[in-house]
Amino acid sequence: MRVFDFWLPLIVPLISMVVGVIIFFLREEQRSLRTFLNIAGAVVKVILVHFMVLGVYQNRFYEFRLPMFGDVEFVLHADPLSLLFAALSSVLWLVTTIYAIGYLEDSPNRSRFFGFFSFCVSATTGIALAGNLITFIIWYELLTLSTYPLVIHRGTTDALQAGRTYLAYTLLGGALVLVAFVWLNSLAGPVDFAERGSLAHVADQYQLQLKIIFGLLIAGLGVKAAMVPLHGWLPSAMVAPAPVSALLHAVAVVKAGAFGLVRVVYDLYGLELCGQLSVMPFLAVLATVTIIYGSLRALFQDDLKRRLAFSTVSQVSYIALGISILGPIATTGGIVHLVHQGLMKITLFFCAGNYAEKLHIHRVSEMDGVGRRMPWTTLSFTLAALGMIGVPPMAGFVSKWYLGSGFVEAGQSWVILVLVASSLLNGAYFLPILYRAWFAQTDDKDTTAISWRLSEIHPGLLWPPLITCLLALLAGLFAGSPASPLFWAEVITAREYGL
Amino acid sequence: MTAHLVITVVLVPILASIFTLFCGDMMRRVVCQIAGLTVLGSTCLIAYQTGHSRDVLNIVLSGWEAPLGIRLYLDGLSALLLLTTAIIAVCITFFAEAYFGVKARSGRLTFFWPLWFLVWAALNGLFLSGDVFNLYVTLEIINLAAVAMVALPRTHESLKAALNYLVIAFLGSLSYLFGVAILYTSHGTLDIQLLAELAGIDGPYILAAVLIFIGLMIKTALFPLHFWLPPAHASAPTPVSALLSGLVVTASAYMIIRLGFTVFAPLMHTPLTLLLGVLGGLAVLWGSVHALIQERVKMVVAYSTVAQLGYVFLALPVVVSGSDLAAMVWYGVLYFVICHACAKTAAFLAAGTLINVVKHDRIAQLSGAAQHWPMVFMAFGMAGVNLIGLPPSGGFIGKWLMLQAMINSGQWLLVLILIAGSLLAAGYIFRVLGIALQTSEDSRPPVPAPLQLTLTTMILAVLPLLLGVFSQLPFSLLAVGSPFGALP
Repeated sequence: MRVFDFWLPLIVPLISMVVGVIIFFLREEQRSLRTFLNIAGAVVKVILVHFMVLGVYQNRFYEFRLPMFGDVEFVLHADPLSLLFAALSSVLWLVTTIYAIGYLEDSPNRSRFFGFFSFCVSATTGIALAGNLITFIIWYELLTLSTYPLVIHRGTTDALQAGRTYLAYTLLGGALVLVAFVWLNSLAGPVDFAERGSLAHVADQYQLQLKIIFGLLIAGLGVKAAMVPLHGWLPSAMVAPAPVSALLHAVAVVKAGAFGLVRVVYDLYGLELCGQLSVMPFLAVLATVTIIYGSLRALFQDDLKRRLAFSTVSQVSYIALGISILGPIATTGGIVHLVHQGLMKITLFFCAGNYAEKLHIHRVSEMDGVGRRMPWTTLSFTLAALGMIGVPPMAGFVSKWYLGSGFVEAGQSWVILVLVASSLLNGAYFLPILYRAWFAQTDDKDTTAISWRLSEIHPGLLWPPLITCLLALLAGLFAGSPASPLFWAEVITAREYGL
Repeated sequence: MTAHLVITVVLVPILASIFTLFCGDMMRRVVCQIAGLTVLGSTCLIAYQTGHSRDVLNIVLSGWEAPLGIRLYLDGLSALLLLTTAIIAVCITFFAEAYFGVKARSGRLTFFWPLWFLVWAALNGLFLSGDVFNLYVTLEIINLAAVAMVALPRTHESLKAALNYLVIAFLGSLSYLFGVAILYTSHGTLDIQLLAELAGIDGPYILAAVLIFIGLMIKTALFPLHFWLPPAHASAPTPVSALLSGLVVTASAYMIIRLGFTVFAPLMHTPLTLLLGVLGGLAVLWGSVHALIQERVKMVVAYSTVAQLGYVFLALPVVVSGSDLAAMVWYGVLYFVICHACAKTAAFLAAGTLINVVKHDRIAQLSGAAQHWPMVFMAFGMAGVNLIGLPPSGGFIGKWLMLQAMINSGQWLLVLILIAGSLLAAGYIFRVLGIALQTSEDSRPPVPAPLQLTLTTMILAVLPLLLGVFSQLPFSLLAVGSPFGALP
């Protein structure tokens, strides 16, 4: 059992990498084998992550260590926070894989697509399990590399342009994180991520340097988390196929950035040091600006996917906002939003992909009456959009509730205004879509009753949004139960605050 | 036992060189393969034994002790370089076999083989040399053979490049030789270890150092003496480009590190290193920017060599700040050079495979090529990951150590150049990849890339990634006989 505990954190990211490598060597027409490998890899991964979740809950310790050079080590370990992200990405990977198989049925270069797709998920779980900054950086750059071919998958001039923008932003971000880490390494020696921070031993000596390093890390991670003004790559990356946008926006890339922020604040610097250095207000302001700016821009986008992209810019910064307010309830809200936003946003992107695929609708202004033509898809879209606004009992409500009460508890009530303003803006850009979809009059006066048979689109495209939407609903309805993301977020908070 | 193996790795390529000059086509192929695999096997054993016994080996040829005799010197660094060279060389041998194909059965191209084995023998000899004069002799053999190989296609372009290369290499050698002569007159020995003990900073010593470094700078194509490299490396037939950019420049970079940290160690604390650092920085930027605007894949890779060699010098100014940092630079630069050798060879071989199937390497016309030959571009991409210095490659580890040393000593300008160089590298690598990854309109059934070409390219492209992931073994090998002991 000991041996297994040692290797497990390595096996989990490696599964998808091995699957990816095998898929590269498959011929285009070996479709069933590729599908089998994809699904099998995803299922095994979900099971193993689930196994680790149970283990960690019973206080088991999973850690993999490999000495690299000098005193630097490659460390993967499973703590509650890493498992939250690993579970999110493995579950959503499974769903997205199913969706992608249906979506890309007859397009060229599928082996390449699914190969890099698997690499991307491997990198995401690697980021989740990384036990120190060097390991984090290795996976973080691997994520950049493996998402680039996905972004430019269509191979058009637009796609290549978007790919260049994406690389320019993310490689620069990666370089900043690298410099920050090397600097940190020279000040504090090699440090692991540990609950409540691991830099206490050099805190007094290097106040100024630690502040600058913090700034570098925020800037570097902020690129992937799409914080203003580093968000430029995200809306342009919309040219990618729908499953890629779903994965980029809901799980892999933006969440890797946000997760990195959480790691740096709680497990590298630690709350105490963050308070002492008084860097948090800076992050809070940055997050506030991003939230408002993203929502404002979203209002004026007619392209559905671009509107969703700006919504992502805004929503991901809730996580940053939650952690920047140093109080346990706000922390819980921020961390749980990592999962909740992922579930809701991936649903929205699946639906947008369905509209484009079936009805060739790409713009909000073309969405009149889609509710009649694709009722189930539109229902999922509606629920997820309402969740984004923060309507109970969807998951989004729970996050916003915790964030709001957290701000009050921490005595920073002004932030509530941000929350209210942002929710109003969310409503302003989502509700018109819902109105158009369900109630707007269409020209052809189609008054037949809505057909609720589940045959509006290929089942591989229909079920994924339904499943993720249901998960988002359940996460909100049963937020109090021990299997919910909220419960897990509370476990994490309790450990970080030593409650 | 190890002593015999050491002799083998020098002698076998020489014998192969002589055989391939005379024997027929079938026989030649057998000789190539047997010689290649023998040397590879021997170097594996040498590396294993050096790593295992953790001893430095001195072999005095025919019983003449220093200061008179020829001494072969084998430490971890030599062993690692021998092994890397052998792996790269075997891949190049198999690649060249398939690349030249029937063309090389008769006519001028048959001369590739004797020349190639001569280069290999000289490289092995160079990595094993214990004195500065042997270094000169082996380097000279390498350069002469290399010039002949560049001239092999005998086109106007290649002859011009070869002539330029010949003149500049000759100047470099001459400068180096004068330096060696001065050292010999003032100290009466050529042995590196003895020189390192005897040398004190005085007039002749500084003059010798300057002459030797200028010679080596020319050979390593350090800015502004780099102009000869891109045409020579890009116009040669692909296997020759690969061995020039992968192995030949590695030899002179190795000499700089070897001599810089032994014989000229006292000078490493003077402003001389600052000058080298500045030139290195300029090389990084100049080479990268030029790589960014080239129109042919091979030219991109050749300019990338100019840029990457700049890193060898870039980190030197840090050495002043203490022996811990010097150790980091030493390990970092060497690891960087070794991984660069593999990655650069792989990049050239990928370009060569492309030339083999599409008959050109103009970037603008490669649109959609990745769809037809995915493995070639995969290999190019992986080599590119190392050239950019992204994890999980060995180039990343090399750059990491350099970066750590720079930050520790507070040299922020160098940090900036290193990062800028990496981003520019990303620019030129992804420029090629981006165009190749376009969806092509053209659906004619493509010629599949020959397996032997793809496979050898792939092996060399994966190697730097393996060196990045499993860095512990090579680092422990490097520590054998290192001037700084293990990495702090």
